[in-house]
Amino acid sequence: MSKHEIASEDKIAARVIETIAAQLELSRKEVQPEATFTEDLKADSLAVMELLLALEDTFDVQASDEEIDQMRTVQDAVQFVERQLAS
Amino acid sequence: MKRRVAITGIGLVTPLGVGLEATWRALLEGRSGAVSVPALAEAGVATTFAARVRGFDESRFASKRELRTMDPFIHFALGAAVLANEDAGLELDEAGGLRAGAYLGTGFGGLLTIEAQHEVLLERGARRVSPYLIPASIANLAAGQVSIRLGLKGPNLSPVSACATGAHAVGEAARCIQYGDADVMFAGGSEASLTPLCVAGFSAMKALSRRNDDPAGASRPFDRGRDGFVMGEGAGVVVLEEMARAKARGARIYCELVGYGRTADAHHITAPAPGGEGAARCMRAALDDARVDSEQVGHVNAHGTSTRFNDAFETQAMHSVFGRHSAAVMVTANKSMFGHLLGAAGSVEAAISAQTLATGIIPPTINLEDPDPDCDLTIVKEGPQEEHLEYVLSNSFGFGGTNACLLFRRV
Repeated sequence: MSKHEIASEDKIAARVIETIAAQLELSRKEVQPEATFTEDLKADSLAVMELLLALEDTFDVQASDEEIDQMRTVQDAVQFVERQLAS
Repeated sequence: MKRRVAITGIGLVTPLGVGLEATWRALLEGRSGAVSVPALAEAGVATTFAARVRGFDESRFASKRELRTMDPFIHFALGAAVLANEDAGLELDEAGGLRAGAYLGTGFGGLLTIEAQHEVLLERGARRVSPYLIPASIANLAAGQVSIRLGLKGPNLSPVSACATGAHAVGEAARCIQYGDADVMFAGGSEASLTPLCVAGFSAMKALSRRNDDPAGASRPFDRGRDGFVMGEGAGVVVLEEMARAKARGARIYCELVGYGRTADAHHITAPAPGGEGAARCMRAALDDARVDSEQVGHVNAHGTSTRFNDAFETQAMHSVFGRHSAAVMVTANKSMFGHLLGAAGSVEAAISAQTLATGIIPPTINLEDPDPDCDLTIVKEGPQEEHLEYVLSNSFGFGGTNACLLFRRV
């Protein structure tokens, strides 16, 4: 992985975290990679769905039902966006 | 014997103010809540004004994240319920919550949300529709949100009966207390449907005033120059409490709710029955419920919408109920100032009736400059009138020919 790719991945992660924080009205510090949406960030299933719509809008990507089901942590969301943008 | 029902709390969010105090002051001053609404003119709607809620800070009642999951009709209801709870000084614990409920209705529900999401559907596709469309907009979510917020685990229901909704909610909630299903009920209605679509719909029926150059003078119940109602928005919630409970905790009691009538015209989708027949039966039903003679009623808080038919037929209905006593009944129409709050109107006017009994002051009917001979009632119009009142009747009638009347007694 080149330096350039690492930098851009960090940027994506930062934007994902920023989107999550804005959507759930949390500080960026609270949105840690390992945080789970439902337990740690106190988002119910509807809030998670709304958050996904926001991520899809922000990055112009689309999640499948399977991907939605598997997205439980902030890191999952970051990886999902990175995968989508890479493909 | 029926258990008795006290009104111990009032919460109002209206075009005249937020809270009972501000609203009451404006009513006594004879102010109108109607203003021009540019969005209506831009959409080409024939009526370009309405009575709007101003100065309502919803962030006082919920976090931004929570507010996003609710239509404004729920914001208004939640605000009114929290204000009513504060006014009542209730501090419900777990056990108290099990004996407390919420009956909060609405005319339309979350029309603003439905319209906005419909646009999303058309412009961006079904996949972009918000997961909050349904819980933000369905009619019973005001009752749901209020129960969550205040821990009300008893009866929870949302009556829908157009412009009689708020009155039906209060009456049905009182039944819960009388029957022993609950000791405390939050009851009322809310409305936030001032969208160009909705106003265009009422306008298409020719139901609305078109006095666009004079919004404040447009709602003129019982006046010869009336030309339709003025749409409004807001919420009214009252706290009903079993009388012995209210007295035991030393609550301030506005008045007692002693009678409730509900009837249907079974006549026409929007026009009242000739002679106000259904309305008259409804008033009598409320009196019978309380075993009160019509001569004992000193004041009627009229439905008084400022439409040609309603005001004339309501007059005939009152004559048929009160007979020779008619002239002695002081009548007022709050809608001259509030506009018509649709699903909230009945509960807001119930709250004003309660405050009238508590203070002995009847707010005036404004804009009554040329009394219609077809509305030959004794109408309070020159300013607030002090009156010793024992019983006050509040009328509410809705499209579909549905009627609800509430009878209150001084405590």
